[in-house]
Amino acid sequence: MRLFTIILQRLFYACALLLAVVVFSFVLLSLVPGDIAETIAGESGGASAEVMAEIRRSYGLDQPFYVQLLTYVGKVMQGDLGQSFYFNLPVADLILERVGPTLLLVVTALVLAILVGTLFGVIAAQKPNGMFSHFITILALVGFSAPVFWTAFLLIVLFVAMLEIMPLSGLVDPLTEKGTWLWYLDVAHHLFLPVLSLSTIYLAQYSRLARASMMDILGSDFIRTARAKGLGRRKVVYKHALRNAVIPVVTIAGLQFSHLFSGAVVIETVFTWPGLGTLAFESILRGDTPTIMGILFFSAMVVIVFNLLTDLAYRIIDPRIRMSRTA
Amino acid sequence: MKTKRILTAAIAGAAMALVLAGPASAAEPKQGGTLTFIYRIIGGHFNPAIASGTPTGIPGTQLFAALLRFDAQWNPQPYLAESWKIADDGLSVRVNLRKNAVFHDGHPITSEDVAFSIATYQKNHPFKPMYAPVTKVDTPDPHTAILRLSKPHPAILLAMSSQLGVVIPKHVYGKTDNIRKHPQNSQNIVGSGAFKLKEFKPGEHIILERFDKYFLKGRPYVDRIVYKKMAESTSRIIALEKGKADFTAFAADAQELTRYKKSKHLSLTPNGYSAIGPLNWLAFNTARKPFDDKRVRQAFAYALDKKFLLKVLYQGFAQRATGPIHPGSVFYSADVNHYNYDLDKAKALLDAAGYKPDAYGVRIKTTLDFIPGGALWKRWAELTKAQLKKAGIAVTIKASSDFRAWLKTVTSHNFDMTLDSVFNWGDPVIGVHRTYQSSNIRKGVPWHNTQQFRNDAIDAIMEKAGKELDLGKRKALYAEMQKMIVDEAPIAYINASPYHTVYNNERVGNPPINSIWGTSAPWDETYIKQ
Repeated sequence: MRLFTIILQRLFYACALLLAVVVFSFVLLSLVPGDIAETIAGESGGASAEVMAEIRRSYGLDQPFYVQLLTYVGKVMQGDLGQSFYFNLPVADLILERVGPTLLLVVTALVLAILVGTLFGVIAAQKPNGMFSHFITILALVGFSAPVFWTAFLLIVLFVAMLEIMPLSGLVDPLTEKGTWLWYLDVAHHLFLPVLSLSTIYLAQYSRLARASMMDILGSDFIRTARAKGLGRRKVVYKHALRNAVIPVVTIAGLQFSHLFSGAVVIETVFTWPGLGTLAFESILRGDTPTIMGILFFSAMVVIVFNLLTDLAYRIIDPRIRMSRTA
Repeated sequence: MKTKRILTAAIAGAAMALVLAGPASAAEPKQGGTLTFIYRIIGGHFNPAIASGTPTGIPGTQLFAALLRFDAQWNPQPYLAESWKIADDGLSVRVNLRKNAVFHDGHPITSEDVAFSIATYQKNHPFKPMYAPVTKVDTPDPHTAILRLSKPHPAILLAMSSQLGVVIPKHVYGKTDNIRKHPQNSQNIVGSGAFKLKEFKPGEHIILERFDKYFLKGRPYVDRIVYKKMAESTSRIIALEKGKADFTAFAADAQELTRYKKSKHLSLTPNGYSAIGPLNWLAFNTARKPFDDKRVRQAFAYALDKKFLLKVLYQGFAQRATGPIHPGSVFYSADVNHYNYDLDKAKALLDAAGYKPDAYGVRIKTTLDFIPGGALWKRWAELTKAQLKKAGIAVTIKASSDFRAWLKTVTSHNFDMTLDSVFNWGDPVIGVHRTYQSSNIRKGVPWHNTQQFRNDAIDAIMEKAGKELDLGKRKALYAEMQKMIVDEAPIAYINASPYHTVYNNERVGNPPINSIWGTSAPWDETYIKQ
């Protein structure tokens, strides 16, 4: 019963927070100079005053600010994120279409980085001064400090221009028939380079983290005990030590989920990957306010929902939190 | 002239080949194949009646047919209109439509659609002067449209071509009161052109397919066009070098062009941009001191080493611009003051205007805005600053946060000088007058008379030239106008934007470069060689 009230309370807070996000982002965006009429005029190479006034009128931009704000908030409350000025499509549709590719890109890169990074770290930790360990250190340093677009272009030069085995850009070849197994294969083919570029940053982090954590664990008492009782090296490392060593990795991975979308903007741009990052970036440049608002609203909602779930999960799992916060 | 010669040679070559090898020769256009076009942006919609610009115009002119098309020598040619005639008094234009033309949904294209399209342009298109004199369109029969004009308007022929004059279906767009929000501007398009829309993925690609009932028999030659967005120049270079794309347009970056030049299978040409007529220049806010003085403006023009700028910024790819009209235009006149680099003259003019050097050698302190978001403009601003310094002009460069912020600064007339890029749009009435007419000094409107330049004599001569039906007389009037404007120097003209079309010469036959509209004209003659 208590949990139920807490959920209700949290939901109420979440809604209030979302409303605040909507209002604040609307106010902030209205302070940015220029609007869609100027973007259209800019793309058209000029426009007459009458046409610009007509464009503003047709998008409701001639209304007083508070009317625009109230209209927008009212629409959002009914679940309508409005129409994109630029694409003339419902913002919700645009976002939904883009979420998939972004998630595919970021999650694949993250999973790859976690798996390979941890593996590298674990191997390196066993001989902290060995060749492989140094290689990992250098790889991590380069991977983390190299600008991601630079890494991406180097990979493009290698795999696309020199070896000619990878596609250059996009999610899929436009002429591939959708839904066939060839289509999925083509997506995977197109996914390779963006994922590789993006995962280099994460890979660096995870391999360093896993290496440090593993070294720490390998030096602890229970590992010595395990070894003393005659367990094989493999069993000690991969069963006893690894389990404990991945805890910080999992924590960091969890935290990283919150800035999933932002990390991919550059990669999405370089590879013309049709994700949410490029949509956000280009919408800002175009002054496509409804789309920017929609993306802000969407990402705020994702963060709030995830926080809510985490919070509730903690309460269910850990009785101490449940007791201390509700008392 | 050159194009004509090449064309003649090509025809002769084709005839020879025909004799020698029969109809299957290489010069004979072939049916079939997919043409892959890459471009840095992809538009939000493809209805040229409500927006201009290349992202709408390039696909828009494939989807929709205009009444006329123009060859490379500025001669109007039949397109949807079989024939046309401007009345002797210049107050009406009779247009006879092709009888076999149908929209992509099978509806016949009639004079009603022409009347509706022109009304749509009048209400929604960014360029008002195109159809401003049209008072009404009579439709005596389904294949005849008579445009009634309030005054002679020779620009009307150009306005009826390319993306400025497409015919859109009344039965599709006629029912809405806000065509700007019509869903069929971007999806399920019912066009009148050589290609129909198969698929549009916003921000990704467009797939166009051959329209079998296109009114020109046997055309278009290619089965399919894939238009892909490729924002990064590195990606475009690799795509073209490796044959993953067939062509691109509006490439202007000197480094990018130098790279293309190295590939044997790639050809690059500046042909096909004379109608759009892009000019890059340094504009002065003539309502502000010290630019209210003509001598100061002239001094600035003399102080700029245009040759050096062209060499450094464009590495020989760009052509010098000398006045308000693009060098490729039929109305261009080189008989103007070229303001060849002359520091002494610049200093003398500043002395005469009363701007003597102070203790530090500084005569004038001023600011310079530039279009943000490209290395070219920033470098150009820096070079301008360095060059003007030699004449005792201290320039502070102002960087805008983004394009719209710059636009706002300029359109609110809140600048001293700005670097700018402005298009001629074919006829001076459409794209040149707007920059100098005193009636066009209005805040909030980009690429109008943001220089706040006023000159009654120039206003009068533009008005006269805009109405003159005789081409020879019209040219003479514009030659005089160019002389007058250049002398007044509200703008220091630097260069024509070095736009190039780059194509794979092993694959692409007849690329859309042999007309004044280039890629913004139908690609119905283009074919795939292999």
